[in-house]
Amino acid sequence: MTFGQLSRQCLMVAGLFLALPAIADDTGPLAGVPKPRAKANPEFGCVRPEEDMRKHHMQYLLHHRDETLRQGIRTKQFSLAECVNCHITPKPDGQYARFGEKEHFCSSCHTYAAVHIDCFECHRDTPDPEKIQESAMHNPHAGLKLTRKDVAPLSATVGEAR
Amino acid sequence: MDKKTNPTDQARRRFFGQVAAVASLTVAPGIILQQVAHARAPELPASDRQRWGILINTNKCAEGCDACVTACQDEFGWGPDSPNEKHSAPNQKAQWIRKVKLTDKQTGHVQTLPLMCQHCEHPPCVDVCPTGASMKRADGIVLVDKHICIGCRYCMMACPYKARSFVHEELHDQKVNAPRGKGTVEACTLCVQRVDAGRQPACVEACPEQAMIFGDLKDPESAISRELRERGGEQIRADLGLNTGIRYQGL
Amino acid sequence: MKNIRYSTIKGNSAGYLALLALLGAIAGAGLVAAFMMEHYGHFITGMNQQIVWGTPHVFAVFLIVAASGALNTASIASVFGKTAYKPLARLSGLLAIALLAGGLTILVLDLGRADRLIVAMTYYNFKSIFAWNIILYNGFFLLVAIYLWTMMDPTKTQYTKVAGFSAFVWRLILTTGTGSIFGFLVARLAYNEAIMAPLFIVMSFAFGLAILILVTMAACKWTGRPLGDALLRRLKNLLGVFVAGTLLLLLAYHLTKLYITQYHGVEAFILLNGGVYTQLFWIGWMLLGSLVPLAILYHPSWGRNRSLIGFASVLVVLGGLAAMYVIIIGGQAYPLLIFPGKEVASSFSDGIINSYTPSLVEFVLGIGGMAVALIIVALALKVLQFLPESLADEVVDPHHK
Ligand code: HEC
Ligand code: HEC
Ligand code: HEC
Repeated sequence: MTFGQLSRQCLMVAGLFLALPAIADDTGPLAGVPKPRAKANPEFGCVRPEEDMRKHHMQYLLHHRDETLRQGIRTKQFSLAECVNCHITPKPDGQYARFGEKEHFCSSCHTYAAVHIDCFECHRDTPDPEKIQESAMHNPHAGLKLTRKDVAPLSATVGEAR
Repeated sequence: MDKKTNPTDQARRRFFGQVAAVASLTVAPGIILQQVAHARAPELPASDRQRWGILINTNKCAEGCDACVTACQDEFGWGPDSPNEKHSAPNQKAQWIRKVKLTDKQTGHVQTLPLMCQHCEHPPCVDVCPTGASMKRADGIVLVDKHICIGCRYCMMACPYKARSFVHEELHDQKVNAPRGKGTVEACTLCVQRVDAGRQPACVEACPEQAMIFGDLKDPESAISRELRERGGEQIRADLGLNTGIRYQGL
Repeated sequence: MKNIRYSTIKGNSAGYLALLALLGAIAGAGLVAAFMMEHYGHFITGMNQQIVWGTPHVFAVFLIVAASGALNTASIASVFGKTAYKPLARLSGLLAIALLAGGLTILVLDLGRADRLIVAMTYYNFKSIFAWNIILYNGFFLLVAIYLWTMMDPTKTQYTKVAGFSAFVWRLILTTGTGSIFGFLVARLAYNEAIMAPLFIVMSFAFGLAILILVTMAACKWTGRPLGDALLRRLKNLLGVFVAGTLLLLLAYHLTKLYITQYHGVEAFILLNGGVYTQLFWIGWMLLGSLVPLAILYHPSWGRNRSLIGFASVLVVLGGLAAMYVIIIGGQAYPLLIFPGKEVASSFSDGIINSYTPSLVEFVLGIGGMAVALIIVALALKVLQFLPESLADEVVDPHHK
């Protein structure tokens, strides 16, 4: 472990401790990690078991990021672009929730847990326009054919916490 | 890729992938080599058996044509047509590639050429970067790892080609291919995401005169190597000894 | 020599509090400026794709260079055994730390991603002079702190000489490092000279000493502590030597450049037709920052006038800022030589003199850093015993008649 990694780990641990008070009321089996507000379609499953993702998504992302950038490994499993393509939250106006809005999958927990991430200063926070069809396959709520009627029940669930 | 594989599975699979790749290399070198050079399997890292480069024939490069520049803008979402960088003054906006017009001081001969990151073998930007964000991949592509770029801009001071830009304001709706954001330095990536998928850089593809040849400088049989061998090609500021990956004919 | 007694300053007078309030306001404004640059991005500054280091760097590099020079007085006392300078050794060490801290504050706050400071601390590229500088700066803080400790703890004085010597060597390396940040830029015609490093070292002597003189005069005056003429005369003569030394090296620098045809363009730009840069060079750095101070310092009667010595020191500081402006910004304004023998035109300012208009935010960030340095000095004087109770000649100079 390099010094850089070590200090990152320390920061993460510190971050978790900071986040603890906010999530202490969670009594589920995964106490300590808040649940997101917006969900991808359960039919398709996440890239790793959900529980594992909840706990370890940062490791996977940061590791994959370095592999991609420094070595050119371009597997899709932990690609951030893919997370964003799948975990989408359509809004009634035909747009998708953006990072910073509470419906956005990644902000949903992160605002709550007060863990700051800067990823979306650079990375697109909404699905790839060219991949909307593909995203729609993963997630029937997305896609171009989305109508207001379809979206209405969804946006009702979007608002509800947990 | 299967979405439910676990990391061990993945590692195992990657290992088999490599074994398979090596095996097929020995079995059928002629056929497979071509494939390795052009579309690496996604789980394989870039290798130093390749060195990517572009050869640009300036005699074919037409004055007034900027197809390569607009192709780059489309690919990476910079330039006047992007929704971003509207607050920045003209001399604060990023330019990953630019057309340069040269007039010989003695003869008056005019020529134009595209200028971008020259993907040096000994890149000064990589030497000076305090955090190691400026880096060169095994296959010779020079990149900024924006995840650890602190925005000190020393690399911009060091680059002899002014190839790098700094992002002066917040951006939104970036291209998926091209994450870019405020406060970090960026430059031509030789379209690394295309190269990794076995495609050509956007500028090369867009050139209506086919003035640019993209390929592997280490493969003696690649089109770029053959052309360099037969007709030669120069580096810009060759005196600096940087051994650039971008070469020019007719300078 | 009598034993020198040091004491803290009271630090409760209206003047002291007003000074702190003023400096605090400037430093606060600097922070606001930095926050704006961070929040909106650098488009609100005058910096652009061509002039990537602007006014903040002028102030930052000036302070960092001056910091290592400020230590000089202490080194002369501890390393070279000139006891007359010993009473100022503590203050000299303090100034070194404070100026460096001020300069680094500016550098860090100007970063495109100042929020990633932790990255700068944890990822090192050991080929980078910049990374080496980060290590040099931290080492400098540490060594000077130890040095100060050996001076202030009566049980540790036997180590003063060793500590002083290490700090002295370290500071030479540090300024060499700072100079090399520019010296190693192969592509920039205005830099890329090994002589940048020694040039930066003499400049540091002059800037650091000028600031030390000013701070000493102010501190003594405002606390009513005596400051002897003989000591001041030594200091001002030394300042004169350093200013003259800078001129000498600068001459060598320009002569080397003029010798090589490739550099004629950039030399003509700085020395003859560079507009604001030429003016700053000749009027700011040469005339006001060097020749006028030299005339004052060596003039038989002006050189004895305290106000004029102070004025000369102020001029050296302002000249130093002008020098940094010429070196840092003028050096970037002159176009890169990418295609020798060709006239070049493009959408990216190729082949033309790059324009730069400093913005208010940059300037405020710059003086904010200076204020930070002075706040550190003002507070430290109150907390620890840096200032001698008397700098009168009979206390300071063993041979004073
Ligand atoms: C194929 C679509 C898909 C992709 C790609 C995908 N996810 Fe998921 N993810 C899901 C589904 C479906 C669930 C479970 C349902 C839910 O809770 O939304 C889930 C759950 C999660 C959870 C747990 C949420 C909770 O309820 O506590 C996290 C965290 C998560 N994903 C992160 C990621 C990250 C990070 C990536 C990118 C590396 C990613 N996902 C990529 C579909 C996907
Ligand atoms: C300053 C801009 C910037 C920021 C901030 C940033 N990235 Fe990236 N990221 C990039 C660039 C540029 C690439 C390279 C894209 C390529 O080569 O395809 C990249 C690639 C990646 C990749 C591999 C490509 C992909 O889509 O999977 C991952 C994973 C990734 N980043 C994760 C992150 C995470 C997690 C964060 C937040 C902690 C983050 N990034 C913050 C610029 C940024
Ligand atoms: C189930 C809630 C949840 C969701 C959904 C979630 N995160 Fe997290 N994330 C966390 C928590 C909690 C932490 C910090 C705790 C820790 O480090 O163990 C964290 C940490 C991170 C970190 C590391 C931060 C650092 O600086 O160390 C990154 C990067 C990250 N998340 C990215 C994402 C991205 C990208 C998404 C959207 C695809 C996402 N997260 C969605 C809960 C979540």
